[in-house]
Formats: sequence, structure tokens, C-alpha cells
Amino acid sequence: MKYAILKKSDLNHWLKHLKDRAKLYAVRKKENLFVFRPVKEVQDVCLDYIPTILPPKKYYFPQKEKLIKFSVQPFKTAKAIDKFEDFILFGVHTCDIAGMQCMDVVFREVPEDPNYLNRKDKMTIIGIECLKYCDQYANCTSMGNHVPRGGYDLMMVDLGDKLIIHINSEKGEKLVTGLDYIKEATQGQMDLLESTREEKKKIFKEEFTGPLTKVYDTFDKSFVSSVWKDVGRKCVACGNCTAVCPTCYCFDTQDELDLSLNEGIRYRIWNSCQMDDFAKVAGREDFRKGRDNRQKHRYYRKFKYPVDKFNRYFCTGCGRCTRACMAEISLVETVNSLLREEKK
Amino acid sequence: MLDREILLEKMRTTPYLPMKAKIIEAQMVTSKEKFFRIQLENKINLGHTPGQFVMVSIFGFEEAPISVCSSPSDKGYFELTVRSVGVFTDRLHKLEKGDLVGIRGPFGRGFPIDNMFGYDVMIVAGGLGIVPLRSLIRYIMSNRNDFGNVQILLGFKSSKELLFEEENKEWMKRAEIKFNCTIDRADSEWKGNVGLITTLIPGVDINPARTYAVVVGPPIMYKFVIRELLKKNIPDHQIIVSLERRMRCGLGKCGHCQVEGVYVCQSGPVFTFNDLRKFKGECHEKAV
Repeated sequence: MKYAILKKSDLNHWLKHLKDRAKLYAVRKKENLFVFRPVKEVQDVCLDYIPTILPPKKYYFPQKEKLIKFSVQPFKTAKAIDKFEDFILFGVHTCDIAGMQCMDVVFREVPEDPNYLNRKDKMTIIGIECLKYCDQYANCTSMGNHVPRGGYDLMMVDLGDKLIIHINSEKGEKLVTGLDYIKEATQGQMDLLESTREEKKKIFKEEFTGPLTKVYDTFDKSFVSSVWKDVGRKCVACGNCTAVCPTCYCFDTQDELDLSLNEGIRYRIWNSCQMDDFAKVAGREDFRKGRDNRQKHRYYRKFKYPVDKFNRYFCTGCGRCTRACMAEISLVETVNSLLREEKK
Repeated sequence: MLDREILLEKMRTTPYLPMKAKIIEAQMVTSKEKFFRIQLENKINLGHTPGQFVMVSIFGFEEAPISVCSSPSDKGYFELTVRSVGVFTDRLHKLEKGDLVGIRGPFGRGFPIDNMFGYDVMIVAGGLGIVPLRSLIRYIMSNRNDFGNVQILLGFKSSKELLFEEENKEWMKRAEIKFNCTIDRADSEWKGNVGLITTLIPGVDINPARTYAVVVGPPIMYKFVIRELLKKNIPDHQIIVSLERRMRCGLGKCGHCQVEGVYVCQSGPVFTFNDLRKFKGECHEKAV
């Protein structure tokens, strides 16, 4: 079976089924925003949502993650986590799936990061394709992430009263087989998927004023640009943009001792290149001074450096950095300003 | 298993887990720097290349990247020389012979010793830069006939900051090595050269095409030294530098040590000036 059909009226049945199989995380409303949370009540699960406050990276790259446990006397060290549990991420947008693919290439690169890879091994991804724009901040079309591009086990598309599910892995197939309420899709339903996607093309338009290759070329020439000065002047160095980014993975380590001061845990915690001490060394030299340079670095880590290294843009187009920015720095506007400047 | 295989296996399976290591010698060498001789558990050889670094762990105080200052030809132990500049290094200075630390590594790319085979070598060390370079000097000493002419230029702020004084004297005595030392500010105890290290370079006699210049020092030093070396017509790819950055993971992931698209902990800390030229503006050490 390649495509399956689920009536929306049976969605809660399926969610209960998934919840029995593994730890289930899905989106729910939080005041007027949305968050990924462990599913308690299946009726709370949202499929129509704008990108969550934090991307699902918190489940495979937690904000604070145990790396090792240690004792000072006698000197002992051990891996902090021996077993990772199976979990399902339900209803992930295609932009966030693109984010996972980015993180994968980073942590798979030798030397591999076993903590990350062990978690990812246990993960099943069930995606949902957006058929309308979340809001004005997204740039998923320019990034090509408004449509599914692999990286998932199952992908759902809303066909009115039904969901059509693309089965993309064996792991995914096991979650839809043997259930009397999930059937193989008919040709008619496949045609409907086709026409739905055709309709979608009318809504989703490229947000940047130039194609992605042009954006890349522009970054190649924009290391010195007044745009960075402007962005730097606005930036308040809060680090929101990197915390909410599905492809930001910079971290720090932190030791915490228990009350005996003898045993403790070394954690990996999220860090941000926007913090002013991020590139400072013990001798006080700061190798990336100024908010303009730090913001520039963030942009280059999305549109230039990973393209050179992994042939992959690390902006997914989710729009979170713009949505979360307290200084109203807009990613789309910044990129378009660079494109405009380059044209001159 | 060979020591090297043990270390590689550790890096593959448990890269964040430090190995147990014992301080077998510790001594203050100046008012700010302390020297440590360290033995890994089961006396495994670190098997590093000169120029590589290790992550030293003190539980409760996290980790710091420290250059190895011994040569891989010093077997059964390795050595570090550490200046006390912050919380971690202050704590490290309190450790004595018999105390235990955690070690991860060795990390990064060291000096290109194989490429330097058969070439003349000019070593330019400013201040603490002598620490990683001592590893290279000791390596050259024990493989002396692999290299052509060797000269060492040392610079320190004052005579009180002079490191490896006994060894300096030994290097000075060796006929097949040219040795020159200068301090920035004169004082009564000093009888040698006075002036910045850049003042030593114009006077050196080298065959530029056959010479590797290896430069390590404080960030500010590089552009001035490199300018002098370029005046001597040493080719870009034979000017070798080591960059100091804030390594946290050593695995090319955490982002702290990044210079533009390059993770210094994995691709460096040793670079050629040719590599540095490719940076667009974020590399402080690049000559203008």
C-alpha cells in the first residue's frame, strides 16, 4: 500500500491506537499559539495550526539533555542515558521535517553524535501537508519546503472529510495496516490529491524576490553590507530567533553536582550565537563582536555555510525567527534587502 | 588493541565521555602558568600530532580545550602548560600530583609534520604560543634528520613570563638549531634582545621556497608576523598558524569555535595562511 485513507471521524481512534504503540507527541493550542506536547486527550490534537512556538527539535535535541553522569571520588563516568524510548511525532509540518533533515546531516557527520542519533532512531514522523499559508511570516515556498520532500514515515493531506496518507517507510506502514478504518486509497482519491495540490500552487508563491540560487550568490557577495548594520541596530540579542529555529543546534555543556558535591550530571544545553559571550575565549578576545556580526553569522548559517558544506539550505521557511523577534527583524525583508542591494 | 584504536573507538561510541587520567607531575613554571604531566588510564598513549588539543574535564567545572605541549615521541604520558585565566583554569591550578582529571581527545588537525618533511622550519612563538609549539619543537628534536635548517624565534612580554627556560637553554646550545629570543620590555635581569617578535624576522636568513614558518601567539600578533613573513616571500601555504577559539565539544557541532563556515576544533586549530585568505572577514588573525 502506498496511499491510505482515513475518515476524519476515525482520527481519534487512530490517535488512540498510536498512543498505545508509543509515546505520542502532537500539537495543541496554547492560548492563541500552538505547542507540541505529549498527547493526553486525543481530542486536543490540532492539525490546523501555525508553526508551534518551539519546533519539534525539543524531542530529539532537548533544551537540556543529560550527556554523562560522573562522580568525583572515586572518579567515575558513565553514559547518562542507556535506553531511549520509542516516540511518534504527529502532525509535523513539512518545514519542520526539512529542519530534521538538516539536523540529521549535522549530527551524522563524523564524529557522529550518538545522543542525537539514538533519539532519532526511536522516532516516527507523521507529517501533515499545509494547504494554506500559516501567516505572513513564512517563506516556505522560496525554500521549497511547502511540499513534502521525504524525511517522514507517513504524510497526511486533508481531503475535506478524509485524510489521505502517503506511506513512506515500513515503520509508517505498520501504523496504518491491520486497522479496519484505514483503507487503501482509491484512484478517485488519488486524483483528488492531485487536484488539491494543483489548487495549492495558486496560493503558495515565492516570498523572496529572487530564486534561491540568486539568494546564495547574493550572500556570497554580501559579507560587507549596510543591511547587517541595519539588522544589528534593531537586534536586542535576546536569542529568540535561534531558540525557535528548527535548524539551530549550537550548544553549551554544563555540570550540575548534587548536594553531596560528589556526584553529578553533565548536561548539554541550547546556546545561541546571538549571546555576546558566545565566541569569547578565556583571554577575553571576542571573535564575533557586535550584534550586526552575530546576526550576519546566523543568516550565513542558513543561506551560505551549510550550502557549501552539505548542499542544503538551513532555513526551512517556517517563519519562526520573524514571528518570535522582539525587534521585528524579518527574515524575508532582510533577504530581499540583500537581493535589492545586490541589483544596484 | 592499539592505543590509537582504543581512542578512535571511544570517539565513535562515547565522544562525550572523558577518560580517567592522573596528574603525575605538577609544578608552577611562572607566576601564572602551571605545568602538568598526565597519564591516561592504563598508560594509553595519547598518540596526538603536535598542535592538537585535548578537552580537560574537572567535574563540577565543565571542560576546557588545552593544547598539548609534549611530543608524541614522549611516550606513556603527555604534558600541558596552563595559564590561570578563569574559573576552570583557576581550579585546574589547584590540582597537584596524584589528582585525577578527565580527558577527551586528541582533537583537531595538528601541524602538517608530514608535509614539512625535508623542509627548513622557522618557528615563531609569541607568549603562550610556545606551548603548542614546544610539542612541535620536541618532535623535530627527536626526528631531527627529517628536517632541514631549524630556527626558533621566541617572544615574551617580560623576562618573568619566559616559559620552558631550561629547555630554551638546551635549544640554544644545540648547534643545528638557531635560537633567538626577545622580550617586549627590557628589565634588569634580561641580557638578550628587546623588542617585539616582528623585529627578529627581517634579520633571519632563509630560503623562502624551502621554508615552513609556523606561527603561534596571541590573536593580535598574527597579522604583524604574517606581514613580515610575506615580505620574506614565504609562500602562503607554507605559513602555518594555530587559531585560538572557544571549543566546547571538539566534535564540530556546538558552534562556539566557528570561523565563518569552518569549525576550528575539527578543521583546525592549525591552518595555512592560504586557508586564512579564504575567510571573508571573520578571521581576526588574517593579515590585511
